[in-house]
Amino acid sequence: MHVNEKDINEQIRWAQINADVLRSMENPRPAYWVAVAVCIAMVSCAVLAEIYQYNEGLGVTNLNNPHMWNMYIATFVFWIGMSHSGTLLSAILHIIHADWRKPIYRFAEAMTTFSLLTAGFFPLIHLGRIWNLYWVLPYVSDRGVWPNFRSPLSWDAFAISTYLSASAVFLYIGMIPDLAICRDNAKGWRKALYTTLSLGWRGDDRQWRNFRKTYMLLACFLIPLAVSVHSIVSADFAMSIMPGWHVTTFPPYFVAGALYSGCAAIITLFVILRYFFRFEEYMTTAIMEKTCKLTFAIAMVWTYLNLIEFASTWYGHNIYDKEVLIYKATGPYAWIFWTMIFCGSVAPFALAIQKWRRHMPTMFVVSLLLNLGMYFERWMIVAPTLAMSYEPHQFYMMYGSIVQWAIVFGSFGWFGLLFLIFVKVFPSVSMYEVKEMVFHRRRHLDHDTAVNLGRRARDTGKPATESH
Amino acid sequence: MAKYHTFTLFSDFEEAFGALADIRVHKIPGISIDDVTLQSPIEHPEIEEVLGDRPVHVQKFTFFGAVFGVTFGFLFLAAAEASFLAQPQGGKPIIPLPSNIVLMYEMLIFFGVWTTVFAFIFLAGLVRKRGPIYSEQVNVDQIAVIIDVDEKNLDALKKLFTKHKALEFREEKLS
Repeated sequence: MHVNEKDINEQIRWAQINADVLRSMENPRPAYWVAVAVCIAMVSCAVLAEIYQYNEGLGVTNLNNPHMWNMYIATFVFWIGMSHSGTLLSAILHIIHADWRKPIYRFAEAMTTFSLLTAGFFPLIHLGRIWNLYWVLPYVSDRGVWPNFRSPLSWDAFAISTYLSASAVFLYIGMIPDLAICRDNAKGWRKALYTTLSLGWRGDDRQWRNFRKTYMLLACFLIPLAVSVHSIVSADFAMSIMPGWHVTTFPPYFVAGALYSGCAAIITLFVILRYFFRFEEYMTTAIMEKTCKLTFAIAMVWTYLNLIEFASTWYGHNIYDKEVLIYKATGPYAWIFWTMIFCGSVAPFALAIQKWRRHMPTMFVVSLLLNLGMYFERWMIVAPTLAMSYEPHQFYMMYGSIVQWAIVFGSFGWFGLLFLIFVKVFPSVSMYEVKEMVFHRRRHLDHDTAVNLGRRARDTGKPATESH
Repeated sequence: MAKYHTFTLFSDFEEAFGALADIRVHKIPGISIDDVTLQSPIEHPEIEEVLGDRPVHVQKFTFFGAVFGVTFGFLFLAAAEASFLAQPQGGKPIIPLPSNIVLMYEMLIFFGVWTTVFAFIFLAGLVRKRGPIYSEQVNVDQIAVIIDVDEKNLDALKKLFTKHKALEFREEKLS
């Protein structure tokens, strides 16, 4: 049994924390470089596919009426969803003072920023005529073209750009005290970089007071922002009248799905970082267990919302909606649907088993399965409705071409590459927050020890020091 | 009378706390707790308590930014939508409030966040010239107390800090 295992060893010295994290940025395991090479290869696939698509036109993707949306939009929704990890782990858990988040929130915040950067590519790639991108900007011109502010697609642009800038700022502000530590220990280009980015931080009481308030305010902004972003993404579908999309529960369903895939990705990267940078002392099994429990709870919320959606479609008895639902479960996309159900609703039960939760390779595989389920969820939202909407003459089943697959595949490489560069250049474990965690836990422990010794002393009638 | 900029390092929070508490009760005449600056490796509300009430004003800027964002958001959208007067609207309003509310909400957050960040940089005294005395140990595990004192109080201050097991005492004469 590991019931009382600690989130962190509170006896660890502060200097040791600095040394361990700074060392990680200089000296990762060789597997880190292998991962970088794999990511570069993946990105290369996507770049080649995009060049081909750019020259030949969007037809090479198999996108055509009625499938005007396909993997690009499913992947866009997937990456937007992934971005909710940082908000959940950092902002929400910060507000409720769950201090076990401290060793792992930094990379979750970085995930948020890089997921959004990755997601942002897909509407652009999906445009086909990417050179006309500036047409969507709201400015007066001879064309007389203005964005339709009633369209959820233009809401998307506002929401995602706000979320990207807010999450990047949240990541950066939270990192300033650590950047000062890096500045004090770095040489060469790193010294110049950290000196600039740390903005002259010295840890004054005035700086800390303002920092504390600012970080809390940003966290308070980020939570409703994250909810609004994914509700708006859901509105891309729900505001239409297409069967299978015009669903009242879509906004909470999307938000739950986003938190779910974000948490699953945190588990994946937790295992990877722990191995690459030898972070066993900080990314402990106790913290992994808590992350798994949180993920399991969100998985059950997502499962419930899925069932609600199916039930309301079934009992609502709108024939078009119902046919799409039956088509999902029994049509040519059924294998994707049932894989989604298995990965999204059955596989998370592995997180409920303590022995498995404590086994990193198992959790790595399970987290990949969960995110496979979440990717298929996005596919099942987009494709079946387009394959079978109102007009029978438009019924048509299709899969994305190799070009779409290559670009989607490359997006994972792009995300991975950004993430791997980040963790090499910036501290992926928050040093000052881990120190705080250690400090407060040690104090708490000392207090408990004193109380226990006092109690034992009273019981035995001897002074506490003698009884120890 | 000459004035000195002093910088004292402690390895122990309790000792630094004790030294500040002594200053607070005026054990050294002429030195007030308001003159003290503390540098620490972590956010430390407990030890900051002894420094007394030092208010933070970031939230006022946040409020201003958020109000500006929502107002500007509405005006920006309404101004853009006003050009739709020339286009057939099919009976829909020129300036549709329900959809604009979504965008105003985003603008509220956008400006609220950025105003907060700029206020933080300004109010926390970042990006400005700082005193020359600094120790990297403050970012590791030690705590520094910084005070500007008159020459006549310098020895008394040193004595107080020595009593509280200060690790290092540095001073610099101010011009």
